[in-house]
Amino acid sequence: MDKQRMKLQLHLCVCVCVFQMTRAKPEDDEYWNSSKFKAFTFDDEDDEFSQLKESKRAVNSILVDEDEDEDDVERVSWSGEPVGSISWSVKETASSIRSGSEQSFPKIDTTPSLSKQGSGYSLSSLSIVVDSPIWFCLCSLSKDDLSPEETVRRMQKGRPFSLEKFRSLQDKLLLLDEAVAVYDGNVITAVLIFLKKSLSKEILFRELMARDVALRHYVHYLKEMGEQKLLLMHYKEHLNIKDEGRRRDFLKSCLSLPFSQDDATHVQDHYTLLERQIIIEADAEIFKKFPRKASILNMPIITTLYYSCFYHYGESEGTFSSPSNIRKTFRISEKQYILTALGARAKLKSWFDVDSLFNTKNWLGYTKKKSPIGFHRVVDILHKNSAPVQVLQEYVNLIDDPDLKLSGALKYKCHDVVINTYRDLKDRQQLIVYREKLERDSPEYRKIQELLNNVQIRWKN
Amino acid sequence: MAHTEWKDAPGLPDFSLLKRLARDQLIFLLEQLPGKKDLFIDADLMSPLDRIANVTILKQHEVDKLYKVELKPIVSSSDQLCFLIRPRIQTVKWISDLVNADKVAGRFRRYKIIFTPQKFYACETVLEEQGVYGDVTTDEWNFYILPLDDDILSLELPEFFRDNFLEGDQRWVTTAGSALRLLQSVYGSFSKVYGIGRCAKMVYESWRELMEDGEQRTRQPEFAKVFLVDRDVDFVTPLCSQVVYEGLVDDLFRIKCGSVEFGPDVTSSDKSIKVMLNSQDKVFSEIRNEHFSNVFGFLSQKAKNLQTAYDKRRGMDIQQMKAFVADELKGLKQEHRLLSLHIGASESMMKKKTKQDFQELLKTEHSLLEGFEIRECITYIEEHINRQVSMIDSLRLLCLLSITENGLLSKDYRSLKAQYLQSYGIEHLLTFANLRQLGLLEEQQAGETLTVMESKVGKLVNDKTVGKLTDAFSSLAKKSNFRALSKRLALVPKSGEEYDLRVPRDMAYVFSGAYIPLSCKLIEQVLERDGWTGMEEVTRMLNGQEFAVTGGSSSSEARSKTDAQRIVLVMFLGGCTFSEISALRFLGKERGCRFIVVTTAITNSSRLLEALLDNSA
Repeated sequence: MDKQRMKLQLHLCVCVCVFQMTRAKPEDDEYWNSSKFKAFTFDDEDDEFSQLKESKRAVNSILVDEDEDEDDVERVSWSGEPVGSISWSVKETASSIRSGSEQSFPKIDTTPSLSKQGSGYSLSSLSIVVDSPIWFCLCSLSKDDLSPEETVRRMQKGRPFSLEKFRSLQDKLLLLDEAVAVYDGNVITAVLIFLKKSLSKEILFRELMARDVALRHYVHYLKEMGEQKLLLMHYKEHLNIKDEGRRRDFLKSCLSLPFSQDDATHVQDHYTLLERQIIIEADAEIFKKFPRKASILNMPIITTLYYSCFYHYGESEGTFSSPSNIRKTFRISEKQYILTALGARAKLKSWFDVDSLFNTKNWLGYTKKKSPIGFHRVVDILHKNSAPVQVLQEYVNLIDDPDLKLSGALKYKCHDVVINTYRDLKDRQQLIVYREKLERDSPEYRKIQELLNNVQIRWKN
Repeated sequence: MAHTEWKDAPGLPDFSLLKRLARDQLIFLLEQLPGKKDLFIDADLMSPLDRIANVTILKQHEVDKLYKVELKPIVSSSDQLCFLIRPRIQTVKWISDLVNADKVAGRFRRYKIIFTPQKFYACETVLEEQGVYGDVTTDEWNFYILPLDDDILSLELPEFFRDNFLEGDQRWVTTAGSALRLLQSVYGSFSKVYGIGRCAKMVYESWRELMEDGEQRTRQPEFAKVFLVDRDVDFVTPLCSQVVYEGLVDDLFRIKCGSVEFGPDVTSSDKSIKVMLNSQDKVFSEIRNEHFSNVFGFLSQKAKNLQTAYDKRRGMDIQQMKAFVADELKGLKQEHRLLSLHIGASESMMKKKTKQDFQELLKTEHSLLEGFEIRECITYIEEHINRQVSMIDSLRLLCLLSITENGLLSKDYRSLKAQYLQSYGIEHLLTFANLRQLGLLEEQQAGETLTVMESKVGKLVNDKTVGKLTDAFSSLAKKSNFRALSKRLALVPKSGEEYDLRVPRDMAYVFSGAYIPLSCKLIEQVLERDGWTGMEEVTRMLNGQEFAVTGGSSSSEARSKTDAQRIVLVMFLGGCTFSEISALRFLGKERGCRFIVVTTAITNSSRLLEALLDNSA
């Protein structure tokens, strides 16, 4: 049969079914059993079963046939994918497409393809009969088949079923509860799709509120269909907006949503941040003094702060791009600020700026170095930015913990600190060992020499 | 070093049969669409497919070209398109769009979707809604289980974890049940089933239903016992850094479907090499379960032996040389290659692990497990976040802190969350919402704290001084199930005791002697007691949902002495780590039994947390 006509007929048939359905009373079961629709019962159990049996036979025959070549089972060489593996082949196809020239385009099939129409062997027309829309499977069902239990069982087994008979709210809910009772998520969702189509939103949600498992399936389904707009999901939408101006406006529109107090602050921050980044980015366009690796747009707050410490250090608090303004706007902790500023200034080798980060004056006017992060961490960061030994040494000296201090000094070759520490520990042996690692007649070497010759010191060893 | 083979280890069933079954069904399905066709494969199905079939087989069944599903417009001139996909709405939508685009262009093709391991009604509804139902035929490829190794079977369904535990969608429950039915129908029935967790219970029910419907096969059982466990029964274990060789390789290089790609830093050439990691690799099979600190020594000893074997060549006459080349050289070369790869991998691990202050990280983890110096741990985590180093590691530590402490104090939670969002992006709000829903990262509720306190009020009365009282209050507020469980099951060995990692005395060796995986400890205890009796308090703290069922086969008593009775099948619902597999292998050796792990997917801390991220579109 012509495919087009087939479809038309199917369509008509479906219309008729639905029409009849709405009028048919439950007692009219015989109608559906009448042979009138046999040609179009989507049931075709026989066909499906024979198919099933066939595959079962195929599977069983394997079980018996134990003698087959074992080698075929696993031909995966240790070195991974041999030529001819599937991943390999897919890559090949992909690269042949990418190379793009006319010749390397996939070849047109030379084998005679099945004629599309009028073929006695038309898979597609067959399929209409076999794989029919589940909602219209109005096959020969007896009354017992219509119980929620039987319907759910049929759905689980992939057998034809009909949901149209579940008209009353009570019947619908019984069906849903039955699906939940057998733990089959696939069936639960199928029933929910049916309820979505046949119940108003309000009623459906009212009922789902009392049914947690079903509700979660429903929410997940809507999410996957891209229909769900719950609070956070709505906020998440911003990730799909490429244009930063529109993204900013979208975030602004999110501000009025009823987030928890905690989250509302974060969403507000998000909006402010993007707004700020757009301004800074426009600035950068004007300057273009520093070559940059990437745009600051959509970067986290701390990355923005780092950028600001890198390019806008020392600007007054009044400017949006200044570190102090960003620090204040986003309530950045002192510790976090110091860490970030340190990283940025050390990267630029501005040791003076690094120094002033830690300088605090006490009331007598003396400067003293203080840090909210351990000085061993500071040394780490300085070293990673290849600070010179003189700079490192100063900070190694500030490490509180004596063990950390010594290991830091050894690691970064701060000879003076090492020597002084051993001296303070009165550890003569270690000094001798250390001396051997130094160049003869270097100042450090001589310093150790002097110490070792000093008779005033009471060595412990 | 390497454990000597235990004397009476039962043999394992031959799981390659499962591969054959899957392959033959696939061939059968491909033949349902006669003629040349292009095949589109879901990206995450490519590796599993590679393990059971190859291109030659596909070509034999008239597959012309192979493409990866990329949800983009396609370039194919074939008249028949076949899609081999997981049942996902997004993919089906994409296929519907293709079909509709063809219709508009007046192009006629045949389309067939093969869903694996099964189809979902929701997917078929998409076809219906898009008006292509009937234009597209659908089928199921019941490829439930991929054997990754002699003792590891995987469903290769990483999304099981998120779908089931976060979204509360039970779509995979029957899939897991069907996998068990498959095992049972091929390898025989079980005498006893234990389990814990909501999902485990449902899977068991689903499996039972399936067995009641299907025909029973009477076969000599090849497994004795089955243990089903939900991933959310034990979140602590998969959040810990792995230090057993196989786990560490997975953490650093990501083992995918039993194979790993070693980059140039390992191969010390400019090429990457893919290696299958399983019991076929003789070098790997000896080190996979070892604590990392032992591996280097073992490998260098092995290298020396190899050198000696090579050296035998010296002073050989022609005849001997001929024999040497014929009999030994190939094996030696193979071993040489493997050895140099694993040495390269170990070196690269060492480098990476020192760079990331791995020792400090481990120290923090161990402190959290032990409940020791929690303030210091929080400071460390805070700095970790402040430094913007590994986003996943920061999250992992936060979760470990929360689970071990039964939630964070409100002020800590807010401050750490705010700092996390500042460092890694505010869009992680969604990630935090997910973690909270799953109970992985929580703020202690005032009410919660109160009830704990109320229950302990009797003790407080005795405390005289106010200072003591407040101390007691704050410590009570932090009292957690993990601590109590850990104490009850002795998960954390007493600190200060020497632990010789070369001669492990218990399963704690997989975490440097610091912690016995909770999941594995439960399995050990239940097998020992043959049920949950005596563990009432433990199960109460794990929110119940435990069960033990004796199987139907009455003759099981008679067979209790066969090998099969000493094979235990453990199914992890939501993923299992290599550390847990190593721990179970160790337990098996101790008890003279063998474990077969069935898992929905191999997981580790990164995979687990990445499944919960919601920071990209």
